[in-house]
Amino acid sequence: MDKFRMIFQFFQSNQESFMNGICGIMALASTQMYSAFDFNCPCLPHYNLAYGLGILLVPPFILFLLGFVLNNNISMLAEEWRRPQGQRGKDAAVLRYMFCSMAQRAMIAPAVWVSVTLLDGKCVTCAFCTSVPVETLGNASHPRLSQGEMQRVLARIPCKEIYNGQELIANEVAVRYLRCISQALGWCFVLLMTVMAFLVRSLRPCFSQAAFLKSRYWSHYIDIERKLFDETCAEHARSFAKVCIQQFFEGMNTDLVATRCHLPRKAPADAGEAAEKLLGITDQGTMNMALKSWHRCKPPLNLHPAALPTGNGWAGEGQPPMHPSAPRRETAAYYSWV
Amino acid sequence: MERFRMIFQYFQSSSESVMNGICGLLALASVKMYTSFDFSCPCLPQYNMAYGLGVMFIPPVILFLCGLILNRQSLVMLEEWRRPQGRRKKDLAVIRYMCSSIMQRAMVAPVVWIVVTLLDGKCLICAFSSSMDPEKFVGFANASPVQVQQLLAKVPCKDNELLRNSTSRKAVSRYLRCCSQALGWSILLILIIAAFLACWLRPCFNQAALLQARHWSNYIDIEQKIFEETCCEHSRLFAHKCVLHFFESMRKEIKLHSFSLPREGEGAEGEEYPLRGITDQNQVNKLLKTWYYEKPPLDVSQATQR
Repeated sequence: MDKFRMIFQFFQSNQESFMNGICGIMALASTQMYSAFDFNCPCLPHYNLAYGLGILLVPPFILFLLGFVLNNNISMLAEEWRRPQGQRGKDAAVLRYMFCSMAQRAMIAPAVWVSVTLLDGKCVTCAFCTSVPVETLGNASHPRLSQGEMQRVLARIPCKEIYNGQELIANEVAVRYLRCISQALGWCFVLLMTVMAFLVRSLRPCFSQAAFLKSRYWSHYIDIERKLFDETCAEHARSFAKVCIQQFFEGMNTDLVATRCHLPRKAPADAGEAAEKLLGITDQGTMNMALKSWHRCKPPLNLHPAALPTGNGWAGEGQPPMHPSAPRRETAAYYSWV
Repeated sequence: MERFRMIFQYFQSSSESVMNGICGLLALASVKMYTSFDFSCPCLPQYNMAYGLGVMFIPPVILFLCGLILNRQSLVMLEEWRRPQGRRKKDLAVIRYMCSSIMQRAMVAPVVWIVVTLLDGKCLICAFSSSMDPEKFVGFANASPVQVQQLLAKVPCKDNELLRNSTSRKAVSRYLRCCSQALGWSILLILIIAAFLACWLRPCFNQAALLQARHWSNYIDIEQKIFEETCCEHSRLFAHKCVLHFFESMRKEIKLHSFSLPREGEGAEGEEYPLRGITDQNQVNKLLKTWYYEKPPLDVSQATQR
């Protein structure tokens, strides 16, 4: 369990690790999808090729786009690409780096699907069974068939239970031949992908390594800056909401005190912390009124300067920093006047 | 358990993560539901299409509604939409943003169901086997039209005596399955391309307004949560005061009615704090009966002024 937690934390530690994790999960998901998918060759002359190549190529394309969509950075890339220049220049190298790194990760799941499909062999068998070389593999004494008839017979090769061309060419022979070609293609594909990945990795430091380091740094920076901005906005929203609600209850309290015929006998300054926490609402009718007012008449999104918490350093609010005791003094003066 | 707790904590870190988590869970639930559902085509001419299309379209509607119900933000959005203006202006862009994000998340599970249904093929085979053209398949050429309809309707049922080993049945089944799978992959492809284009093109259109709408929709959510927390805290204190006041008034009543209380116990209130003057079985019973028959009013203004 500890191991799992460490792995989890490692992947969460930065965005790139996280995306590597997602990439791995998608690769596993693509093998799982392939094994769960019920391949069903139509065994009809023109449909076979369309179906086989479709299953070989369409899901990888879907997985590639899915890799982009699931990557949070894509909206960041698009945003950075489209933002007005303003006071910060735009660096095309950073955008290119971000796009390349996203594309590389998104390519893994499709490559896994294509490899698994080719190594399994069903797709290629279905797609190319009509192109099997009957002259070399077929039985010597096969009846002469028209082109169309031969196509129809060969198209049934993947469907063993309805295959009726045993005299033309043995089913086993054809399937084994096609499968062998498919697996050879599969292994070549895996080898090619691995060699390419190796070359990209090992040759990159030979070309403009300094520029690469710069692009990588600034792309991480943009990512972190965006996250920090979102977190800061969320924190700000939370503080804003707290003060807004506090002011709402204080406003309610003021209204109540103004409309009550009899005033409380003792100064509430003596009532202690619990009474303060009760926010001046001490009976059912008042609470109902507070809840109704919350729904009917929400307070404006405009905090009074007097009640703002001091010392939080919100330079952005534009309020001059208040003397810490000023709000309290003001409140106490109000109560004792009452 | 540790694993689930960590995953749970990760998803709870922000309300958007929570919603994404729920959306993912619903999608997995929909796949699980489909695999455990025992599809059984009626194999009768008029019923096939109704059953097949029903199984394909009704559960997605249910999943969509579940997605809306389980999403907390839909209530928040409805409340924001229906509240009177009061002193706070309403921003339609925020409401539109919330609505679109809710809809997008709610659509994932139904789409997963439909795609899985199409990739599996049973529904389409059941629904459209009677609509096949019998001339394309050799086994059905010699039968009368009514018989052909019945035979075609029985295609989805593999264990039927007449058709178990019929190559035409297999041909029809295979053809329909191939169409169904092609349709499923095409739908998936179109949706993914649409999602991809939406991700890419969104920053091109009014990004600043989008950032504002997103911020204020988060704010409304947070504000609602904090208001509920404040109300909870308030009701806890209110209840505390109310119950204390009740115990106090019971104690006074008991003191009034019983003349045999020891004098020296009156000043030692600090020591009998948990017992609050209720120290024997009859008193406790009286207190419990009063609590049930005569609950105190919801008014602690007397209590707070002590």
